[in-house]
Amino acid sequence: MSCYRGKYADELIANAAYIGTPGKGILAADESTGTIGKRLSSINVENIESNRRALRELLFCTPGALKYLSGVILFEETLYQKTAAGKPFVDVLKDGGVLPGIKVDKGTVELAGTNGETTTQGLDGLAQRCQQYYAAGARFAKWRAVLKIGPNEPSQLAINENANGLARYAIICQENGLVPIVEPEILVDGPHDINKCADVTERVLAACYKALNDHHVLLEGTLLKPNMVTPGSDAAKVAPEVIAEHTVRALQRTMPPAVPAVVFLSGGQSEEEATVNLNAMNKLKTKKPWSLTFSFGRALQQSTLKAWGGKDENIPKAQAAFLARCKANSEATLGTYQGGAALSEGASESLHVKDYKY
Amino acid sequence: MSAFVGKYAEELIKTAKYIATPGKGILAADESTGTIGKRLASINVENIESNRQALRELLFTSPSALSFLSGVILFEETLYQKTSDGKPFVEVLQENNVIPGIKVDKGTVELAGTNGETTTQGFDSLGTRCQQYYKAGARFAKWRAVLKIGPTEPSELSIQQNAQGLARYAIICQENGLVPIVEPEVLTDGDHDIKICAAVTERVLAAVYKALNDHHVLLEGTLLKPNMVTPGSDSPKVPPEGIAEYTVAALRRTVPPAVPGIVFLSGGQSEKEATVNLNAMNKLDVLKPWTLSFSFGRALQQSTLKTWAGKKENVEKAQAAFLARCKANSEATLGKYAGGSVGDLASQSLYEKGYKY
Repeated sequence: MSCYRGKYADELIANAAYIGTPGKGILAADESTGTIGKRLSSINVENIESNRRALRELLFCTPGALKYLSGVILFEETLYQKTAAGKPFVDVLKDGGVLPGIKVDKGTVELAGTNGETTTQGLDGLAQRCQQYYAAGARFAKWRAVLKIGPNEPSQLAINENANGLARYAIICQENGLVPIVEPEILVDGPHDINKCADVTERVLAACYKALNDHHVLLEGTLLKPNMVTPGSDAAKVAPEVIAEHTVRALQRTMPPAVPAVVFLSGGQSEEEATVNLNAMNKLKTKKPWSLTFSFGRALQQSTLKAWGGKDENIPKAQAAFLARCKANSEATLGTYQGGAALSEGASESLHVKDYKY
Repeated sequence: MSAFVGKYAEELIKTAKYIATPGKGILAADESTGTIGKRLASINVENIESNRQALRELLFTSPSALSFLSGVILFEETLYQKTSDGKPFVEVLQENNVIPGIKVDKGTVELAGTNGETTTQGFDSLGTRCQQYYKAGARFAKWRAVLKIGPTEPSELSIQQNAQGLARYAIICQENGLVPIVEPEVLTDGDHDIKICAAVTERVLAAVYKALNDHHVLLEGTLLKPNMVTPGSDSPKVPPEGIAEYTVAALRRTVPPAVPGIVFLSGGQSEKEATVNLNAMNKLDVLKPWTLSFSFGRALQQSTLKTWAGKKENVEKAQAAFLARCKANSEATLGKYAGGSVGDLASQSLYEKGYKY
């Protein structure tokens, strides 16, 4: 094959397909220590290990929620944490039929000579780290590449660098038993219209899939985590059906059917927006040979976070909010979401932060 | 969009979709004068215009055959020819819901410094030529790029040149109302196994679709004409199911769903082989978001040609042979071919080492 079929090939294919199970999706709970700090401070909670652990326990132990999830992406610290009762989080997830995943990139650095464009680092020793994560129970990984839209952006350099980085990361993961989630996020920041976003998304995805082919990545053992195709944050909003149409068309033009699933990022969308848009895509009657599901961070946790406020007595309320979002997004993957899922405070709140830094 | 949406966009999408209709396929009757000469010579027929006209008339007026075809690719001379009754071939096709297509490339030339690798020429005034062909009734075009497998082939240069060439050709066609059939043929010549053919095919197709994206080609208004993935000509054969599996896997890894249809070339396969392999692909229980059909030249005409042998009294029999192949391949596009149509002739290999069109 032009792709590399190593000893993990069958497992990679099975795991990638499982993550794309209709009715399930991914909770992105891989906020780095710095980033989760911002979330915690927004609810006046101190950024210490026990609080980070408490938040993740709240999520992973929400009764009934895990059945709506096929995977959870973890930050390295969390991979080794346990519940208050001493059960490793990894086991909690596995027992719930959820694959543990791990963020393996080490953030972005600027590309000199560009207008603030970035590439992602983390390739050094990546193979060894993947092996360790596999031994700890992880079965998929995530690496976030970031591009932006501007008068001269994304530049060909940014596209090439990020596509190449994603491809190198992907093949190293596959050599070591982890399904790579390929995430080329195009930021929503800007006044551009939806057609511009579509144009850029198609260009970026085409470059990604060429790079993945060049690097012999086994597409059947990967997932894509793209942005939805939307107007820029400073442009007029459009209906979910329009977002659905432009997004699915961009994927039809660039994503080979061998990829089993697309797990969308939510960017700065509110919880409800993200769900409604995902739902519209799944209702669309057109060729979709890959399943369309979610890999949401903020869009699954926002109202849960607010309901918790760091207080033990709020846990049941917070877990109910989390369950509601999981269920809503599960329905959205089936195109059956009716809207207005037990709207908690914050479900409609836009989560867009200009020039958001993870 | 990153795709160019010109004034012909909707028409291109509609035409490409129609050509990809399940149950139908393409007759590649675009042999250049030199190439058709070889075919005629093999049945001892003189290579003059009236004989070339007679052969094509035989094909296009075969009763009921046209119902199994969505398109016919023509050579330029044929686009302007008529039946002996004076009816333009283009009209014969159009009246039977068969879309006329036109070969627009001007053959291959060698790439210096390579081991006999080639690129395809034909860009000069291509836009103008497309406009003329459109006026004459053509609605799709074909351009054949050729790659080969060897110890150091295909080279990166050859892949890049041919992918770029296909993409330039494709966008020029779309600017002028013709659906481009994108044909990156990887030759079967060689002793390599099926896995090497698969690897090369995937590499080539990935490069082709990157180039098409770079050149803003509207994929919904194109078709792909690839080789099937098979062992090399000097390698042991594998069963149709093996060919089907490797071929469809290669396409699933490289061809975006926006492409409405894939119309296979037959290369050197016999009529029967080509049909059986196409059938196996359509029977495969795996997700295929594009239709899998045929664009066969030799594999649709071989037994017809031999049966005709240039004699008027054989026309009816020859047309029956042609109808049989059309019907068989139509069934193959639906995975319903039960095998066993025309005997010996249909099983004859059409492979020629180093085949030059």
